[in-house]
Amino acid sequence: MTYTDTSTQVVGRTRDEIARAVAEDLEDGYTVNLGVGIPLAIPRFIPEGVTVFLQSENGVLGLGPHPGAGNEDPDLTDAGKQPASLITGAAIVDSATSFAIIRGGHLDATILGALQVSETGDLANWYVPGRNPAVGGAMDLVAGVPRVWVCMEHVDRSGRPKLVRECTFPLTGHRVVTRVYTDLATFHFEDGRLVLKELAPGVTPEYVRERTEAAYVEDLAR
Amino acid sequence: MIDKFRDDLAEALDVVWSGATIAVGGFGSSGRPDALLNALSDLDKRDLHLYVNNVGDDFTGVGRLVREGRVRRITASFPILQEFYDDYFAGRIELELIPQGTLAERMRAGGAGVAAFYTPSSAGTMLSDGTFPLTYDGEGQPASFVPAKETRQFNGRDYVLEYGINADFGLVKAQLGDRSGNLRFHLSARNFNPLAGMCGRVTFAEVEQLVETGDIGPDDIHLPGVFVDHIGMTAAPVPAH
Repeated sequence: MTYTDTSTQVVGRTRDEIARAVAEDLEDGYTVNLGVGIPLAIPRFIPEGVTVFLQSENGVLGLGPHPGAGNEDPDLTDAGKQPASLITGAAIVDSATSFAIIRGGHLDATILGALQVSETGDLANWYVPGRNPAVGGAMDLVAGVPRVWVCMEHVDRSGRPKLVRECTFPLTGHRVVTRVYTDLATFHFEDGRLVLKELAPGVTPEYVRERTEAAYVEDLAR
Repeated sequence: MIDKFRDDLAEALDVVWSGATIAVGGFGSSGRPDALLNALSDLDKRDLHLYVNNVGDDFTGVGRLVREGRVRRITASFPILQEFYDDYFAGRIELELIPQGTLAERMRAGGAGVAAFYTPSSAGTMLSDGTFPLTYDGEGQPASFVPAKETRQFNGRDYVLEYGINADFGLVKAQLGDRSGNLRFHLSARNFNPLAGMCGRVTFAEVEQLVETGDIGPDDIHLPGVFVDHIGMTAAPVPAH
């Protein structure tokens, strides 16, 4: 395994381009939960004519953007405790019902960041040992939502692969991830196997292979 | 005629004993019953076990109780406050970290008379396998762990046994309440409040507006007064962002 210093890397997708790639895969009428980080940029890239409902774990279905300075309501926040707004058709529920929606499989997708994803779809995204532990709704989301899509950099700041054989960070869930979007490529899990489906513009299969520890197969279109 | 309104809600709260278990509503500062939490400090209650989603990022409400050393254990999903973690790693406070949906369902179950339930959340993770430190020894090493949770397979999938919460007291905040204790919440400030109200054996509600019984239509009541024992005006200002 080659650990390449990628601090000067210029190939691949920017964080916004990762968000755009995910947004273009969302289907009209989906209700989705967005995690912090790259996923929060997704609403800006949802294509014209596609309606996506955003769910926030504190009990909001139909979350809208920040209401603008002067319009904040302390009784209406997103999951990050930031001021939010509602779109037409929004609904409010209590936290038990919110997690019934999440755990009960009533969302279409949850899109979140990750520290590591294993080749069997294990996810580690909630805790770096030695730091302050906090889990929020992450374990409920991955346990209940049928599409668990991860957005992350392909390698960490030290250049180490984040797509690994086995996660070394504490797990959020076992065999839960269904897609991974990175700056270099898009992977799907199909029948329990990690499959490379798409390369970012200018990225070669060899470039991805050198930066991926997990075993995967290639199924690139064209 | 039922009248659960108390002119001095803090005085009524004096029935809370040091060492009590208390379920608290709120998500961050949204819907957090700050007047009741501050009254616990003012009444010098100690050794408390709080069931609450967040400690918060400031020194009001739960954060104040923590800073004043009044909390023995927090059962939470996302504490946030750095001073809370400092206390945890120094061995001064216990942390039972559980998934947010598990906390909500444990409150609901306890209030609904359900002793325990199986959830897929946290199966196969350190939040269910007995390796999460409940306490530290002050030297940076774990001193005790949250016990491993019973797991069982249903339809080939692992689920974790979680117990309903029956707290000695419930503390909630609502936008609107009547003298019978019927409550109505506003937008996402609802969050954990109805659940904390359900699972408290004695529940206190602070409200922004009090109306006469009958003024809230039966279809508009989010938490009926059967779950609420004492109601009073919130003294705390609405938190600013």
